[in-house]
Amino acid sequence: MNRQNNISQGVDFGVIWLYAILVTIGILCIFMIEYRLDTNWFQTFLSAKTNYSKQLIFAALCMVIATTILLTDSKLFTAFANLSYIFGILLMLSTFIFGKSISGSKSWIPIAGGFNLQPVEICKVFTALALAKFLSQQETDITKLRSQIIGGFISLLPAFISVIQHEAGMALVYFSFFLVMYREGFPPTLMIIAFSFVVLIISTLLIEPNTLAIILSALAIIFMLSIRKVLKRTSAPLFLIVGIWFLCVGIQRFAVPFIFNNVLECYQSARVYSAFGKDYDCSQNVRSAKKTEKSPKKPDDYNVRQSKIAIGSGGFWGRGFLKGTQTRGKYVPAQHTDFIFASLGEAFGFVGSIIFLIIYLTLLMRIITIAERQRSTFSRVYAYCVASIFFFHIAFNICMTLGLFPSPGVTLPLISYGGSSLVSFTILLFILLRLDADRQMVLR
Amino acid sequence: MSVFNQSRGTVIQIIFTSVFIVIVLQLINLQIFSSKYKMAAESNAVFRKIIYPDRGIIYDRKKKALLENVISFDLIVTPYETKGTDTAFLCNIIGIDSIEYKRRIKEAINKNTGVKPSIFEPILGPDVYAKLYENMYKFPGFALSERSVRTYPYNTAAQLLGYIAEVDTTFLKKYKADGYEMGDYAGMSGLEKTYEKILMGQRGIKRYIRDNKSRIQGTYEKGKYDTVPIAGKNLFTSIDVEIQQLAEKLLQNKIGSAVAINPKTGGIIAMVSSPTYNPNVLTGNQRKKNWGYMVMDTSRPMYNRAIKGQYPPGSTFKPLGALVALDQGLITPNYGVPCSGGYGACNSVYVRCEHSNTGHAANLRLALANSCNSYFSDIFRKAIDNKLYGNAAQGYIKWKEYMNAFGLGRTLEVDLPSEDKANIPDVSKYNNYFGANRWNSCSILTLGIGQDRMTATPIQMANLMCIIANRGHYFPPHFVDSIENESEVETKMLAKYRNKHVVTHIADTAYQAVVDGMHDVTIYGTAAYIKIPGIEYCAKTGTAQNPHGDNHSLFVAFAPKDNPRIAVAVVVENGGYGSVAAGPIAGFIMEKYLNDTISKEGLTKIEEVSKMNLIPDAIKKWYTKHSQAAATTKKPTNNKKEDNKEPIKSTLILNDDKKKRRDSSKP
Repeated sequence: MNRQNNISQGVDFGVIWLYAILVTIGILCIFMIEYRLDTNWFQTFLSAKTNYSKQLIFAALCMVIATTILLTDSKLFTAFANLSYIFGILLMLSTFIFGKSISGSKSWIPIAGGFNLQPVEICKVFTALALAKFLSQQETDITKLRSQIIGGFISLLPAFISVIQHEAGMALVYFSFFLVMYREGFPPTLMIIAFSFVVLIISTLLIEPNTLAIILSALAIIFMLSIRKVLKRTSAPLFLIVGIWFLCVGIQRFAVPFIFNNVLECYQSARVYSAFGKDYDCSQNVRSAKKTEKSPKKPDDYNVRQSKIAIGSGGFWGRGFLKGTQTRGKYVPAQHTDFIFASLGEAFGFVGSIIFLIIYLTLLMRIITIAERQRSTFSRVYAYCVASIFFFHIAFNICMTLGLFPSPGVTLPLISYGGSSLVSFTILLFILLRLDADRQMVLR
Repeated sequence: MSVFNQSRGTVIQIIFTSVFIVIVLQLINLQIFSSKYKMAAESNAVFRKIIYPDRGIIYDRKKKALLENVISFDLIVTPYETKGTDTAFLCNIIGIDSIEYKRRIKEAINKNTGVKPSIFEPILGPDVYAKLYENMYKFPGFALSERSVRTYPYNTAAQLLGYIAEVDTTFLKKYKADGYEMGDYAGMSGLEKTYEKILMGQRGIKRYIRDNKSRIQGTYEKGKYDTVPIAGKNLFTSIDVEIQQLAEKLLQNKIGSAVAINPKTGGIIAMVSSPTYNPNVLTGNQRKKNWGYMVMDTSRPMYNRAIKGQYPPGSTFKPLGALVALDQGLITPNYGVPCSGGYGACNSVYVRCEHSNTGHAANLRLALANSCNSYFSDIFRKAIDNKLYGNAAQGYIKWKEYMNAFGLGRTLEVDLPSEDKANIPDVSKYNNYFGANRWNSCSILTLGIGQDRMTATPIQMANLMCIIANRGHYFPPHFVDSIENESEVETKMLAKYRNKHVVTHIADTAYQAVVDGMHDVTIYGTAAYIKIPGIEYCAKTGTAQNPHGDNHSLFVAFAPKDNPRIAVAVVVENGGYGSVAAGPIAGFIMEKYLNDTISKEGLTKIEEVSKMNLIPDAIKKWYTKHSQAAATTKKPTNNKKEDNKEPIKSTLILNDDKKKRRDSSKP
């Protein structure tokens, strides 16, 4: 029982260091964005009205939360996993009643002191716990369809709610749990099919429809020719190939245009198109055609263009701390939240960006190492959840900032300004550290 | 069972790493291999502001400023940044409609691309400026830019000073090396054009950082790349603004020209081409309208007749005819001809003379005083038929050399653009007309009395007077005596005006005879009743035949007789006898210059002369037609709201106001 007195025992300090470095970088980045030559930064800092001083307050709050988590018993997490999940879902649903609209999505709950909580952020923690709990159960076998459906349901229910709340980007992050399920034995065939599906959709956007149809047909014929010996014996694969070919062409010719024109709104379609360097013609869009009052004609790639300019202008060594003109001129929208990497890239250049990415990758690899050394499935699954969530956030965010991916609006973990984001990532990470400290225990 | 899937942990690690590699590749692409982003960031954030230097000022001989600079504001536009501008409101302030707005934007894009600022509305009036200044935040893409504008406190010497205007594409092409940019102003005529490089100074560039709403955030790199504007240099001219104004007044309601030169330096004291215009009409926001009107005007107010008007010199040529004959040794001052009312030695032509009494051409002095046509026809024939040169053509070539030496038939290289050389015909012209060797001195006889195909500009006539006044030398006529802080290059440029040009080595006695003759003109000759109180002067009247209407009235003179300080030439188109219209004008110019005042009778006479209306009917008709048609708008209007009473004061207030705002906007 000596352990309870010494909370640091068994805690992985490498992760804590990385965590501290990242939060510090985040606050410095926000400071860099807010900084004005002519204002006395110390005074504004004390007045706690600027974003960086707010973020510092959040960081302090996180320290309290982290200590509290480290002081709790690991068993508590397994015990309350399902309950917390239900709580999280209820919290998300409550936004429909108490919700406050911030930048177009009604996914915020106002709490005291002008601060707002975004349940979808914090719900990731609960989902991770619930999934870990489910997968660690003896009777669960993820190779079975039943378990797959339940696992998928747990992962995607919050995603579904956040799509309704127009937070498509956050919904995307919930797909990270499939990576965890893959680790636990989810059949890779499905993953490959899903991946091929994404490739097909992207090529639909990039390649002219007729050309793509020809390519698909050519692929089918080549494939049939390569297995013609098999086909001589049985004609079953032939039907399969023809069936797949029909499906692909169908998706490419009808399903994708239908989704972009009839399901998604004009600005969403435009964003997706612009991420691949294409213009989307809004006049085709049925949904925006209905509300005629505002239909932006041009692709809305201003954010990405400006962020690319910011990063590109950083060059090899960067323009220096507080010296980036793009950052100082506020050319990149949302540069203290979603596009914060642009300011970093501008100020510190290629070298700084690489160092920054290495810190992130080290953190991810460290978490996976931690995951693999767990004795209990619960801890391992949870660790993989943490790694995947971090990974999805980082990948989506930076790819968006670099113009590799449509901008879905996810934060950069531990860096972006925002209390909900910082707190939920802190909780996520420190629960893992708590579990890891008790890795000798078998949790169920 | 988890043990089975251990390898999948590695797969996940590979997935993580590969995505990071993709990110790094894109970083390499953006940060290392693409240079365009740096420039894009620069053009986003760095705002280059051109600081225009003050243009040099032009002073008269008594250091009075003929023109000054006042601060005015242009509304400039960067077409591609105008998204979100309240166009209707902007149009309302400036007073244009949306079609005009679109046209101007289009023009700006055509002229200067959509990303560079172009002038949208030049020279804003104080009211418009104030309204725009208040509401500038509603007009992204627009900005107010300061520039100094010329004003002319004496409302005079328009054609001499010239005007400045926005450069156009042809100008930019022509002066590529001089670093002009669209939207710059440059001298387009007059002294402004000749001395453009000296007057314009050097522009400075200031770089600022601006944010996404185009608000200035501070200097760029602490002004490391900024350059300071260097003000243009001032010019000190020989113009006397009072004489200039007087001459302009005297030439009112007439078409013609007057030039007054100081023979001791070649400095032009006054140069008038009438009709003229108020130089202030070409500065304000009505500039285009006024310019258009003046281009249409059939009396051509922007045409400088003093250097471009070609008139047959008529009798004013006679002193030169005498000098040529004297220099060639063909006559002596005592040479005389019997004249009984005309010259009949040539069968083809008969030159009539005004006088028929015997002895009126008994010697050179008398012949000049009486302006005897026979006498000068005779000596002209002597010069052409000079035995030394063999034939008439050779004689004529020699004669033409004399003309050129005296500044006729060639440009004097006055420091104004587009000076005309007028006409002393080439031999080839006569050969073509008559056939080679088929003409003789009789064929071109009237050249001897300043007619035939000979023409001269008023400045050439005035320069001729300088040569006679100086007895054989002159300084090329010019305006600019010196330049402020003259550099070596500039001294070289002005050197030609400071060098004495000796024409011929005609004996002083010859000059004396001519001068005496010209003096007699003012005693008992054709100019006898034109007097300068207390001053003896020399003059020659002229009446040039004009095939299109009434004769042109010419008058050349220099004064005082001994040690002359001013030489004048006056031409009044359709003015009749030289002594009628041109004579008094020249007289008053000389009186004012030499005596500094004008006698009492003189003042009333000046009013009379200035009211004397000699404008041809055709032009008068044009004026009445246009003033009827355009009584509403088209007449040269004074600049709206800008000039009326105290233009300088109003801009000062404007500056003050601006400064206050600037101070108050600081936190």
